[in-house]
Amino acid sequence: MSYLHEMKEGDSALLMGNEAIVRGALEAGVKVAAGYPGTPSSEIIEGLAKAASGLNIYVEWSVNEKVAMEVAAAASFARLRSICAMKQNGVNVASDFLLHLVGSGVRGGMVLVFCDDPGALSSVNEGDARFFSRLMEMPLLEPGDFQEAKDMTAWAFELSEELKQIVMLRSVTRLSHASGKVTFGPLSDAEGVAEFRFGGDFLDPDEGLMASFPVDWKHRRQQEKVARAREIFETSRFNTYEGPERPELLMITASGCNLYCREAINSLGLEDRVGLLKLGTTWPLPVKLLTKHLSSTDRVMIVEEILPFLEENVKIIAAERAREIGVKTFFGKSEGVFPMMGELNPDLVMAALVSAMGIDCAPPCPEYLETARRTASVAAPVRDQVLCPGCPHRASFFSIRRAMEMDGRRGFVCGDIGCYYMGIRPSGFDAAKTLHSMGSGTGLASGFGKLERFGMIQPAMSVCGDSTFYHAAIPAIINAVHNNSNITIMVLDNKGTAMTGFQPHPGLDHNIMGEEAPEVNLEKICRAIGARVEIRDPFDLEETRETINELMACPDGVKVLILRQVCALSPDRKNIRNFIMKVDENICLGEECGCGRFCTRVFRCPGLIWDKEKGKALIDEVICVGCGVCADICPSQAIRKEEAAQG
Amino acid sequence: MNVKTPGKDPYNIIITGVGGQGNVMASRILANMLVEKGFDVTIGETFGASQRGGSVMSHIRVSRMGTWSPQIPEGRADIVAALEPIESFRVLARYGNPSVRVLANTRPIYPATVIAGESSYPELTEIRELIEKLSARAWFLDITGEALKLGNPILSNIMMIGALSALEDIPLDREDFAKVIARTFPEGKREDNMRSFDLGLEMMRSA
Repeated sequence: MSYLHEMKEGDSALLMGNEAIVRGALEAGVKVAAGYPGTPSSEIIEGLAKAASGLNIYVEWSVNEKVAMEVAAAASFARLRSICAMKQNGVNVASDFLLHLVGSGVRGGMVLVFCDDPGALSSVNEGDARFFSRLMEMPLLEPGDFQEAKDMTAWAFELSEELKQIVMLRSVTRLSHASGKVTFGPLSDAEGVAEFRFGGDFLDPDEGLMASFPVDWKHRRQQEKVARAREIFETSRFNTYEGPERPELLMITASGCNLYCREAINSLGLEDRVGLLKLGTTWPLPVKLLTKHLSSTDRVMIVEEILPFLEENVKIIAAERAREIGVKTFFGKSEGVFPMMGELNPDLVMAALVSAMGIDCAPPCPEYLETARRTASVAAPVRDQVLCPGCPHRASFFSIRRAMEMDGRRGFVCGDIGCYYMGIRPSGFDAAKTLHSMGSGTGLASGFGKLERFGMIQPAMSVCGDSTFYHAAIPAIINAVHNNSNITIMVLDNKGTAMTGFQPHPGLDHNIMGEEAPEVNLEKICRAIGARVEIRDPFDLEETRETINELMACPDGVKVLILRQVCALSPDRKNIRNFIMKVDENICLGEECGCGRFCTRVFRCPGLIWDKEKGKALIDEVICVGCGVCADICPSQAIRKEEAAQG
Repeated sequence: MNVKTPGKDPYNIIITGVGGQGNVMASRILANMLVEKGFDVTIGETFGASQRGGSVMSHIRVSRMGTWSPQIPEGRADIVAALEPIESFRVLARYGNPSVRVLANTRPIYPATVIAGESSYPELTEIRELIEKLSARAWFLDITGEALKLGNPILSNIMMIGALSALEDIPLDREDFAKVIARTFPEGKREDNMRSFDLGLEMMRSA
């Protein structure tokens, strides 16, 4: 993405939504960027980091979202423009600081970009973080296409400075990870000089204290900022209307749904009958603008993803103005026209329009699609997500599951998100039985570990990744040690934030700017907290299993087992095979063995397949990455590993 | 665009496969080749968790009229390029139609349930028959087999682009490919990619 800062004013390119946001921030002259990786937001900080060296920008992956927001706020307090970026649930992590930040206000323009994930395509939740804007009384912008993703990001900094308030900008997976044409504006050549001023009157927003105190004073100022934002939004160029003056139906939408609405109206040829009000400023809503459009028709359809945020806020305005604009018939989520979960798409919007307009429109080729669906249900077996070939977590979860079975007390693992979520699936041998937010497995284990007095004899364990360890697990480990909870915590250390694309974290010796960085040592932290620490290579199945059994049997205290092995997809490892794997057909007894196809039925590595004709196991040379682990699981030792020649 | 099917705007291409096959890279390269020809292209794709051995799909919408939805409506695909053969079925079940054309790599990647013996994977002859029934025209190429001869199965995605460039109604040409990969790959990797493109084109021409 280095070209993002090389493209000139007037040039166009095909950009991902996240790249458009990066370019918008560069055009606004952003100086500091901080975030924590999370799909679909990660490319924003990565893109800014790629541009950073040429432009004197400071970019960091922070330890978590709350600290990221604090780092970005410091820059704003020092009169620089700053941005922080995170996925939807990251806003929850940052929200305690955010609640106070909206009270103190900001100085240099500060933008919080968050990326919601309707349909939970890469999440284990479907959080709708737009509600924070209303909850925390701060402005919210929602780009409706790729060009707007750039333009609105750049404008968000100006708005933030005018209001002296942080501005939220929301993207969704289908904008962040989709691509479209973007035409560039000029890059900012503003110099950034950082200075934190505090010599003035303590209530002075530019030279006083940066604090949410005194609360009554600051809260009133905060609400004045919302009122001012509403005024500005009344005439914003990002709120557009297309359609007849008096439409039969008014569609109100924002964000990626804008593109679905346009396609639906276009496909059904309803341009002369249906109006589309696309809002870019969705909190606070521009009341006068909405009143004007609501007056133009009695029928209103509101199109948005996940919860009825826009819908309820529009309905409040419609109720307040009912005497003036008349009673409306709504087509939204409360009416059951659209679901309150999942993604929308052009088909769902078209179906809603067909029904609301009472038009006769048969879907294309229904018979064909029926046949195709039937064919797929038979000919395309379900492709469940799995741990990658050569994934160290497969080996770790395999040993954990075996250790729990040998222990025999119905032990269980409290799981974590990221690749570790596979711990609740067959690919992770169903070892994990809980799955919530980052680090929560360890907090839950800390709690389970105190239930002995109520008769609980099951040993509790937890897993987390290395990046999660720094992000959220450390307080839970401190809690478990201090409260003397008897648990085993397994840190599956694969040397990077793997799920989101190998972003560096505090345990590594480099940062996102490519500079050397002091490594914050994981095992030393655990020892300093007071936990017993063991380190093993998960590819050594037997030693790992034995260690877990020993730690489970240990009657008191917190035990941390670090299972350390680099991710199979890591750029450090990619394309290097340690071993050439082969199944010795003379030794593999196949169906006759009595192992019940243990290697393929249980171990389930995509690189190890079953040769139907021969009735024996077979290595898929395209898929296998040569980790060598499967050689140790075959009871007949039919899977052979040979050291691969390197070079 | 030399689109021979009149009135086809947007023209809808779907590239499908399994996480790790280079689907996203293929869709970006293809889309940028069409941008070189002056089209407005919109790509819709999902990645992240879906990289982990799951089914993946990129929607590419080619137009003279601006940005379209990053999701193609049901039944509106014009071309389906499948880096893994049975992934064609999942795409056709939602986006197929009687005039769709399919270009499928014949090399299977077995789902975990198949490896574990819990479900079965159809024979290639059956796959061919079923795809032929569901398409106006279908081509089956052992792209991965040829990529292995080149020394790296990941080149399959580039070979697929080369193969697609043989279709007359999508203006994909070698010069645009060269321009795009010059921006995308370090110099050392460009030759392999050019060879893969040419090989894909050749395979399709002799198919």
